[in-house]
Amino acid sequence: MSNAIHLHYDVSGEDFTRAGEASGQVKKTLKKLGYDPDAIRRVAIAMYEAEINMVIHANGGYCDVDIYSDRVEVLLADHGPGIPDVEKAMQEGFSTAPDNVRTLGFGAGMGLPNIKKYTDDMRIETTLGVGTNLYLTVMVNS
Amino acid sequence: MGKYFHSVELDAEACCGCTNCLKRCPTEAIRVHGGKARILVERCIDCGECIRICPHHAKSAYSTKMEEIETFKYSVAIPAPALFGQFNGLDNIDFVLTGLKQIGFDDVFEVSRAAELVSEATRRLIKEGKLKKPIISSACPSVVKLIKIRFPELCDNVLPLLAPIEVAAKIARREAMERTGLSSKDIGIFFITPCPAKVTEIHAPNYAEKSEVDGAIGISKIYPRLAHAMDHLEEVEPIAQSGLLGIGWATSGGEAAAMLGDKYLAADGIENVIRVLEELEDEHIRDVDFIELNACAGGCVGGVLNVENPYVAQARIHNLRRYLPVSLNHIEDGSLEDMMWTEKLTFDADIFRLDADIIKSMEMMNRMEEIRKGLPGLDCGSCGAPTCRAMAEDIVRGKARQIECIHRLKAKIQTVYDELGNTI
Repeated sequence: MSNAIHLHYDVSGEDFTRAGEASGQVKKTLKKLGYDPDAIRRVAIAMYEAEINMVIHANGGYCDVDIYSDRVEVLLADHGPGIPDVEKAMQEGFSTAPDNVRTLGFGAGMGLPNIKKYTDDMRIETTLGVGTNLYLTVMVNS
Repeated sequence: MGKYFHSVELDAEACCGCTNCLKRCPTEAIRVHGGKARILVERCIDCGECIRICPHHAKSAYSTKMEEIETFKYSVAIPAPALFGQFNGLDNIDFVLTGLKQIGFDDVFEVSRAAELVSEATRRLIKEGKLKKPIISSACPSVVKLIKIRFPELCDNVLPLLAPIEVAAKIARREAMERTGLSSKDIGIFFITPCPAKVTEIHAPNYAEKSEVDGAIGISKIYPRLAHAMDHLEEVEPIAQSGLLGIGWATSGGEAAAMLGDKYLAADGIENVIRVLEELEDEHIRDVDFIELNACAGGCVGGVLNVENPYVAQARIHNLRRYLPVSLNHIEDGSLEDMMWTEKLTFDADIFRLDADIIKSMEMMNRMEEIRKGLPGLDCGSCGAPTCRAMAEDIVRGKARQIECIHRLKAKIQTVYDELGNTI
């Protein structure tokens, strides 16, 4: 554990223009570490999608990132409405995003499917009215 | 030439050790040590931002001296199209080309002609499906260097074609050899350059063993002589053979427009370029086939070795293009292979990472974070590093000491002073 790097970010639900900052910071840190480029890309994309989701659907939350030499683990936690039907949410093209974010190119219903595609492990804990915890793991392929 | 060559020169006397260049450098490649700005050569991408910002004119770009053309039996000038945007009221580029011959060159070959060949080659490669999309232009050496040291996942997207300057030099040399019967070593090819990055590129190419260009002379260096010669021309030779596509390469969007498609993006100015590359890396940019990136605002007309305001030059370039044929240069059989890179662009991982060993790297990162927490977070630059985070990194790398932070020092002195005060 002593060698792990722990990063924590609060994700504001108030300011949509700041969404993506946390994943950008994580990417910067991983690059500085000289991390595997493919793993960096997958972490950056998956975390970005999750961060955007948190802002669109859950009014923000926080991310905890743990970097190990062979993997990156990310927890994205929010106190949003929860996901009523996880299976449906995982379908490509299914989205409950409001129109105002769709005009920005979001809400294509690819968020969760993309996160799954780019990560090695993805786990959702969600309770209606309480919030959602999304656990992601990206392994370094060597 | 060594692995790292740089065209940015420092006039140590004029440098007062202020933080202007330090703060502006997009790759954090400058440190002020001993009251003078020093460049970390391996990080420098020759974008010219430090030259542009320095209020004391302590930074300048090295470029080849005009006298050097005399060391060759036959010299050919290959002017960048940006040169044509430097003259007021110019309506025919033959004035400029004839002027170049007047000031000492034996012949002239427009780089814009080669630009048309590169555009045609790119269109052909795209059509044949041989390129990884989106394709990133390789014409701006600062951008290529930036990708090489910061964007590993994008190296394969860079267009594997020589920049127009190299293609122009190859053709000009071949033609000069045929015309004069001289051998290659007797022919000097000189690029008339709008930027220091091209000067660096011919000394240490990003993607080839050796450049075909023998020297790069800054536009501002020859401008007075050239303008004078152009004012006193007795006759104007019909030399120009560029179409509007080639001339358009002088400004941002010109290369992209020459793709003759509408799925392109053109960004200029180094900060904008970095933003686009970040987004590309995260796969946020979709539905775009071709990406033109220029380190200078406005494109090559924005290079620091120009004399004219980039936007004035841009307007002139637009005027000059009017009524020109679309393109006057076309690829002959077999010449496309000659334009391809001989080496792949490979990521230089050592430049920014803390250590090659990931475990060691992570230990350093944790220490860096501890040190950063102890720094004031003002990013004032007084220690000689651009930010407190960069300072923390320098300390971890053993290149700086915490006490070089003047705020830390002040706090320390305050403690000593308070202790003294209490005992006296």
